[in-house]
Amino acid sequence: MKTHTLSLTQLAKGLRAKEYSSVELVRSFLDRIDAHQPTLNAMVTVLREPALVAAQAADKDLAAGRGGPLTGLPIVHKDLFCTEGVLTTCGSHMLDNFVSPYDATVVAKLKSAGAITVAKANMDEFAMGSSNETSYFGPVRNPWNTDLVPGGSSGGSAVAVAARLAPAATATDTGGSIRQPAALCGVTGIKPTYGRVSRYGMIAFASSLDQGGVITTSAADAALIMREMSGFDPNDSTSVDIPVPDYVADLDAPLAGLKIGLLKEFFDKGLDAENEKRIRDALAVYERLGAKLQEVSLPNLPLSVPAYYVVAPAECSSNLARFDGVRFGHRAKDPRDLMDLYKRSRGEGFGAEVKRRIMTGTYVLSAGYYDAYYLKAQKVRQLIADDFKRAFGNVDVLMGPTTPTAAFPLGDKTSDPITMYLNDIYTIGANLAGLPAMSIPCGFVGGLPVGLQIVGPHFSEGKLLNAAHAFQRETDWHSKVPERFS
Amino acid sequence: MSETEAGWETVIGLEIHAQLATKSKIFSGSATAYGAPPNAQANLVDLGYPGVLPVLNGEAVRMAVKFGLSIGAKISRHSVFARKNYFYPDLPKGYQISQYELPIVAKGSIEIVLDDGAKKVVGVTRAHLEEDAGKSLHEGLPGVSGIDLNRAGTPLVEIVSEPDMRSAKEAVAYMKKVHTLVRYLEICDGNMQEGSFRCDANVSVRKKGAEKFGTRAEIKNLNSFRFVEKAINYEVARQIDLLESGGKVVQETRLYDPDKGETRSMRSKEEANDYRYFPDPDLLPVELDDKFVETVRASLPELPDQKAVRFSSQYGLSEYDAGVLTASRELADYYEAVAREVPKEPKLAANWVMGELAAALNKDGIEVQSGKLPAARLAGLLKRIEDQTISGKIAKEVFEAMWATGATADAIIEEKGLKQITDTSAIEKAIDEVMARNPGQLADFRAGKDKLFGFFVGQVMKATGGKANPAQLNELLKKKLPG
Repeated sequence: MKTHTLSLTQLAKGLRAKEYSSVELVRSFLDRIDAHQPTLNAMVTVLREPALVAAQAADKDLAAGRGGPLTGLPIVHKDLFCTEGVLTTCGSHMLDNFVSPYDATVVAKLKSAGAITVAKANMDEFAMGSSNETSYFGPVRNPWNTDLVPGGSSGGSAVAVAARLAPAATATDTGGSIRQPAALCGVTGIKPTYGRVSRYGMIAFASSLDQGGVITTSAADAALIMREMSGFDPNDSTSVDIPVPDYVADLDAPLAGLKIGLLKEFFDKGLDAENEKRIRDALAVYERLGAKLQEVSLPNLPLSVPAYYVVAPAECSSNLARFDGVRFGHRAKDPRDLMDLYKRSRGEGFGAEVKRRIMTGTYVLSAGYYDAYYLKAQKVRQLIADDFKRAFGNVDVLMGPTTPTAAFPLGDKTSDPITMYLNDIYTIGANLAGLPAMSIPCGFVGGLPVGLQIVGPHFSEGKLLNAAHAFQRETDWHSKVPERFS
Repeated sequence: MSETEAGWETVIGLEIHAQLATKSKIFSGSATAYGAPPNAQANLVDLGYPGVLPVLNGEAVRMAVKFGLSIGAKISRHSVFARKNYFYPDLPKGYQISQYELPIVAKGSIEIVLDDGAKKVVGVTRAHLEEDAGKSLHEGLPGVSGIDLNRAGTPLVEIVSEPDMRSAKEAVAYMKKVHTLVRYLEICDGNMQEGSFRCDANVSVRKKGAEKFGTRAEIKNLNSFRFVEKAINYEVARQIDLLESGGKVVQETRLYDPDKGETRSMRSKEEANDYRYFPDPDLLPVELDDKFVETVRASLPELPDQKAVRFSSQYGLSEYDAGVLTASRELADYYEAVAREVPKEPKLAANWVMGELAAALNKDGIEVQSGKLPAARLAGLLKRIEDQTISGKIAKEVFEAMWATGATADAIIEEKGLKQITDTSAIEKAIDEVMARNPGQLADFRAGKDKLFGFFVGQVMKATGGKANPAQLNELLKKKLPG
């Protein structure tokens, strides 16, 4: 039976109806993971044995009518979510020997909802990258064309779902790391409001921007996972104590009268003309559904990339200081002294992009530069947040492209970090302002998927999922599977 | 001191680190108890594991606010934790969570009493919350260093003074006052040997009358009052020598070596870390409302200065005595317990607590709270003085026996037969005998040699084994000696 093209929601029903067992389901996805690993390199660790043991237990629960909303369903975790007793590498040589002694809150919540972890997904090293080429474990390839990048940093998660190696994968988004790969791989990705999902156990890149979320094949599936993974966590002081709505129940609310703002700054000269057409087509669908479109300007938004590339490296330079070879992770052999231990452990353990950001971050926080860079960037950040706030006084959601272009070839931008950074130009604003945002498939350009981005006010995940779901009931872009993986 | 003679003035500011007496650490649930086996009290947060996050211990905030209120400081309604970034093996995260631009306690002040009884107000610039680091261990580990992270994450309040002190003695007086205060507030156990209370001293010298401060050196990690005094005096002498011989003081961090009694350079300003402070994005700003602050204010105990004023008025003590008795909460409580038992003799109680008791405690190297001589026991002795069962002189003998055996005053008086003789006829009899034995002295006295009165007092006391009631004896002698 062909289960891999079914959605998570459908698979959950199938399990309850005993059309297949969890063991069968989990095994079929594990087989697909193994079969496509050489081509796609989407995973760092595959957990065949423990997943099958968990599936057996899930089958018992299902037979007894027990279990949670995700019982028996396979899921993949981005390899920066700590998983107890399992390698958690963050895509880095620094942690290629790190077996986490504990579960991240997200992992624990999904586990207690019944989900079964089948693999840990490849990613850009420490989530720093937009093409998944910075992973110590090699690049992940785009299933629509394996010569192209899948986007990053959650490239493994996006590819896992796009190639139907798993029905859902957790991911994280610091500057677009969920939405950009979701767009380039033709899948649905949601980055929740900052504070909606616990960061405890999510290895930090930039603490004030990082937010966990999920990549699925549909908004309905995302709602199902989001309902389970969200919520206040006493272990994360920045998580917010606001009740989690039933995102699934809210999916079918009517869209009539929805006020959609079109971000003027998103439809700029950097946006590929063909991509723009797909976005305009998608907006037409919303108009048909009764939504009202109006242009909105966020004048400070063009400053988001430079502001981001000061704030994020600054935080990263400090967050990554704990990787010193003393307590865990890579440790240089036969250090002469303490300095040698530090220098070689870090020099050997980190890749080039991580080092670049640590150095940038160290520079912008240094005495004499702090005001000119870090402080100024924080001011810009506030201006951008204010821009969004003003915009949401007039519209319910903002829409536009997720990325300027479709997927690009491997190696195309690796030599020029600035070009690479500009790939995040449309996604970074939501991170700087802490806003929830999604990317959903809305068509193809030259056989490659294009993503529509939806951004909402704080804690409007329900509204975003509702809007995305309405679009997905009208279109079937989200159901398209690359031919060789269908 | 030589530097004043040479026309130099010393300028000192202290940064005191007081470990807060919370049960768990400032950002994790690990216990803070001292003396556990290495790393037994370090959880994943303390170890700085990947993915873990700090969660602020509200009790540490309450304690810092308590301190701030006790020195009349402004309590910041909005304070921010910042990361102080540097690499060191005992600093697991590669940064220390501290407060930088927006500390929880802003400007306050502390009054100290100098040796000559004069008072001086020392400004407190700020006090902020931070986490302690771990410890590197070298003993018994040949060729390697061990790391013990039990102390990592222990809450500290760092109390930064203005450069208001002008001598090592003033610095010690200030440090002692802060020590008294944190123990009154029960926010720090004050144990200096275990490192619960320690300080860094910023020391500089300048020509008397100069407006600008001299270049300062910072002496790190002084963990006894004696070391503070010695280290500062050494450093002052070193700086003056240097300047007088045409040299320059360089801004640097120095370590005090108590074995050699000298300070040594640890790192220069050029070698100093650029800590790259920035607000910690893992922690929200600490927002305090008036209600919280007022609740903490209401929980403040009677503070040492207030207590001293009350002791002066309530017990009629001198300012000096009241100051000594309120130097620790335990001593003050002890005194009050004694004074309650002998309500008519508060001064007598003070003299005994500050005199015999303090001397005995000091000799044994123990504190009043050791319980060796409970307040009721001492009061039992004072009652016998009050009711004239024994004289003050005999009382000292009884006290010694009480201290040695733990017995009550009454038991000792009974056993040793020290009860005072108040029977007039018995005293008269003794006087008569003494007069009969010393006819020469008696004649001299009667001839006008008044000083011999004391001789007769002594002789009668000797004859009665010191037990004659002194007042009665005086009176009877006055009557009998003139003949």
